Amino acid sequence: MLLLYTQGLCPCGIARMNYQLNFADLLNYQDVLLSGLWMTIKLTIVSTIGGVLLGIAGAASRRHRNGFLRRAAACYVELIRNTPFIVQLFFIFFGLPAIGIKMSEIEAGVLAMVINLGAYLTEIIRAGIDATPKGQIEAARTLGLSSRQIFFRIVLPPAFARVYSSVVSQCIIVMLGSAVVSQISVPELTYAANFIQSRNFLSFESYLVAAGFYLVLAFVMRLGLNALGSRAFSREEKPA
Amino acid sequence: MMQFTDWDILRNLLLAARWTVLLSLIAFAGGAIVGLLLTFMRISRRSALVVMTRIYTEIFQGTPLLMQLFLAFFGLGLVGIDVSPWTAAALALTLFSSAFLSDIWRGCVESLPKGQWEASRCLGLNYLQTMRYIILPQALRVAIPPTVGFSVQIVKGTALASIIGFVELTKAGTMLNNATFQPFKVFAMVALIYFLLCYPLSRASQYLEHKLSRSSK
Amino acid sequence: MSLVSIHEVHKYYGDLHVLKGINLNIEAGEVVSIIGRSGSGKSTLLRCMNGLEKYDDGTIILDGKEVSTDEFQIRRLSESVGMVFQNFNLFPHLTVGQNIMLAPTLIRGMSKPAAKELALDMLGKVGLADKFGQYPEKLSGGQQQRVAIARSLAMQPKVLLCDEITSALDPELVGEVLKVLEQLASEGMTLILVTHEMNFARDVGDRVVFMHQGKVWETGPAKDVFAAPQTAELQQFIGAVL
Repeated sequence: MLLLYTQGLCPCGIARMNYQLNFADLLNYQDVLLSGLWMTIKLTIVSTIGGVLLGIAGAASRRHRNGFLRRAAACYVELIRNTPFIVQLFFIFFGLPAIGIKMSEIEAGVLAMVINLGAYLTEIIRAGIDATPKGQIEAARTLGLSSRQIFFRIVLPPAFARVYSSVVSQCIIVMLGSAVVSQISVPELTYAANFIQSRNFLSFESYLVAAGFYLVLAFVMRLGLNALGSRAFSREEKPA
Repeated sequence: MMQFTDWDILRNLLLAARWTVLLSLIAFAGGAIVGLLLTFMRISRRSALVVMTRIYTEIFQGTPLLMQLFLAFFGLGLVGIDVSPWTAAALALTLFSSAFLSDIWRGCVESLPKGQWEASRCLGLNYLQTMRYIILPQALRVAIPPTVGFSVQIVKGTALASIIGFVELTKAGTMLNNATFQPFKVFAMVALIYFLLCYPLSRASQYLEHKLSRSSK
Repeated sequence: MSLVSIHEVHKYYGDLHVLKGINLNIEAGEVVSIIGRSGSGKSTLLRCMNGLEKYDDGTIILDGKEVSTDEFQIRRLSESVGMVFQNFNLFPHLTVGQNIMLAPTLIRGMSKPAAKELALDMLGKVGLADKFGQYPEKLSGGQQQRVAIARSLAMQPKVLLCDEITSALDPELVGEVLKVLEQLASEGMTLILVTHEMNFARDVGDRVVFMHQGKVWETGPAKDVFAAPQTAELQQFIGAVL
């Protein structure tokens, strides 16, 4: 479809050299764009939360005493990191219903994003955990804390703080990657741009505006998450 | 309707995977050339060049690769170049890779201790000599593992070229799925082939990284 | 029965025989300094006493409980024995107050207000009551070590193990930590210290244990050991460090 369109409009080279970009017409599709943007934001928020939780669980598994759990987590990470997101998405949305697991477009999109982000965060958080000084764990054991208490109270919080900027970067990568869920008709930002250009044939303009939205989104997300981080990990004196 | 055996599916996917490999190689080579140029601009001490390259990387790292593919595809058409999905995909992936590679390489150059520059200065080496004989040989060593690691991102990135109609592994997968109605099997096979392409690269990157960190101790 | 009784304890690191049949009894209220060259096994012995290291043979009984590295045992042991480390090991993401309150609330099930009162009490003891809300990284090494001592004391242990607790400190900060130990000793706390502070061992300690090549080479009242060392090895050691 897209192919036919360009081939139709650009039959020979020079004809459209002095093409004037036309953004005014996009204003007619403001609502579509904004609702797409809002969907992208919602997808990002849900998958960021889910991905972080999955990443913590994954990292805990990678360093668990149970060897089976360790190997399972390692397989999960390698499988996800070495296949494209779009294939993971198609496998979930088209493949799983074939074995009886059905879900909506949005559910499939969110699930794919969570699983994808979770794998990367597993590795990132694990690296943070591995940087824990041995003495921290010894001190906690000496105070009588259990393994679980040590992991969640002593090891994890500083580990997460150590790798926080990598976590933020990865969450942004997954937000940008969400453009791909347009391919299973989740009505997010890229889907909106697709829709608009199919109506007004202003493909370049539509995608340029969408790209601009993504750029701003990435910027705001980094700013917001960094602010959140510096609040959460602040080491300023607390009132007694 | 034609019947597809599992072998037919696999064979067709493997044939299509050649295009995934070729597109990856082109994107990597193109990305490396442009990326190298950007790296030199970025570590030059001219603020205009530095700012330009920073904006370049921000844009390519701050927008979806899919958008970049669309914009290359439709944008080239606007300026009068007749584009095939091939050209658009090669161009977009090259620019995308160059932004990431230059960022990785800049990091490698900047990770070298300041003392290396100062010592070279004291020996009387000028900027270019310091670069050529002191900084780059060391940066190169550090740069290899993350560069190999990024090649995995490129291979995976080529999957998005399927969306603008380039028939590579993923596109072949969707086409075979439409023909066979066996999505579970087809996409599992597609994933497996990507895995076989990417996993060795990931492992190589980890191995090189490990070797490097051990030799520097 | 002694508060700590160590009987024929052996430990190996692979082929290396680091503890070669240690026998030692320590009574409640004693201040025992373990001295010796690095590699003599003194830190290993200390770490065996609270289950941080496993010993391969023999028994260590502390406050009537046999020490093992089993997690449940270590938790039970934490009620009897506290430990202060060379590198403080304060938890960097918790304030001074939270560091101290953590174990009493989690392990003893103490309420927050009660734990806070206890924490302030312990901080007062080490002279740092004003640092309750501060993060460890804002404190000097000496202050951090005093907080670490307060953190251990909050679990009200019967014996406090100190593993070279002044070795990581700048020389001018050593005094404030030793002063806290001195005060604890005068209050009757049982202290077992691995230390390089010979003056402290002589003046504050009740007993000195000199370890050499994985064995208790010589032991006796602090004053006597320093004044009249019996073995050539101890004479040499004292000559080198004093």
